[in-house]
Amino acid sequence: MSATRAMILVVARELRLSFRRPDQLLQPLVFFLIVTTLFPLGLNLQLSLLKDMAPGVLWTAALLSSLLSLESLFKGDADDGTLEQLVLSGHSLTVIVIAKTAAHWLLSGAALVLASPLVAIALGIPVAAFGTMFASLVLGTMTLSWLGSIGAALTVGLKRGNVLLSLIVLPLAMPMLIFGAGATDRAISGMSPAGALYFLGSLCLFTCTLAPFAASAALRITLE
Amino acid sequence: MNTAEGLGVEAVHVWRGERHVLKGVTLAIRPREALHVSGRNGSGKTTLLKVACGLLRPEQGHVTWLGRSISDVRSEYQHALAYASHEPALKADLTALENLRFMVGLKYRSNGAELIGCLERTGVARCADLPVRVLSAGQRRRVAMARVLGMRAPLWLLDEPFTNLDAGGSEIFAALIAEHVSGGGMAVVVAHHELVLPTAARRLELPG
Repeated sequence: MSATRAMILVVARELRLSFRRPDQLLQPLVFFLIVTTLFPLGLNLQLSLLKDMAPGVLWTAALLSSLLSLESLFKGDADDGTLEQLVLSGHSLTVIVIAKTAAHWLLSGAALVLASPLVAIALGIPVAAFGTMFASLVLGTMTLSWLGSIGAALTVGLKRGNVLLSLIVLPLAMPMLIFGAGATDRAISGMSPAGALYFLGSLCLFTCTLAPFAASAALRITLE
Repeated sequence: MNTAEGLGVEAVHVWRGERHVLKGVTLAIRPREALHVSGRNGSGKTTLLKVACGLLRPEQGHVTWLGRSISDVRSEYQHALAYASHEPALKADLTALENLRFMVGLKYRSNGAELIGCLERTGVARCADLPVRVLSAGQRRRVAMARVLGMRAPLWLLDEPFTNLDAGGSEIFAALIAEHVSGGGMAVVVAHHELVLPTAARRLELPG
């Protein structure tokens, strides 16, 4: 059977599993909304100052909320023994990892992108900058999912691996924060965000071509 | 021993940290043969099964399928193999049938009627549309066995398949294994207690 069909099967299973458990789908989103609301409340800022901070706040909240759902990427399958079955399914583990990570992005990253206008309006980001914000968030959350798949695979055997997972992934996510927030910032001030977006795009391509191999190798080690 | 027809495990050594778990275990199994692996708790039965299906790479020795190393014929070997781990490996949020459809579907295009048939043979057809979360431990075991049936694989590697089963379930499983073996299949069954397996079953007792 072709790898494409296996990927479709895995993505469909992940989506179905997650719709059976809508709380796990909604928690990171609600977290994202709450964190971004806390900033203006806590800092008691002028609207003009808030606008300067908005991209940074939006991006930090997006990174943190994506981390929330990362731990469960392989853990559920490892705990109930289905990961072993996936390894023995006759398909390359890399193919399975790509499908699972893609499904994870659809459920966390894409959902976050869809919710971002709500937050952007609350933070005073002008509608003209929404296009750049969407593009940078799409690329950034994708990159984070790929990077996160390595971290999730490395920590899958640990009892409380989520703190370690954050410690592994967050430093690697810094370039995304800098260029993602930078792109949105430039769009707000009316400058061209192209440079930062190209950089985000190249990061996304770089991680998506290499991370699945690293993650599947890490999973194999954990299973032994 | 001639292992060109089936599965061969040759002088396999596995260390787990400081512990020498498998000390040169050799086994061979050909079509129409069943092997009962027994031994005390911690004697390495599960480890041996994981080595046999390729989940665990032994420090020494090798595993062959049809005379070739399993790392050379990985995909082909995995298609010929149905492994039932100690955990039933089912998703609690999916129904029994959805679980089967997915796992069997990864191997070949399955059809629902055939999978229902597998659930019928293990006696859990009426649970097909129930989420696995509401099933009892014994029923989960039966669903896991239905998955093994559904894989249409010649080689079965079963880790303590009789756990949690009632008397009727144990009889059904023993009959299924006997039927599989007499139909030209191979089965390696790990169980720490005595069991009623087909008369052709050989026995391997792990020391330790």
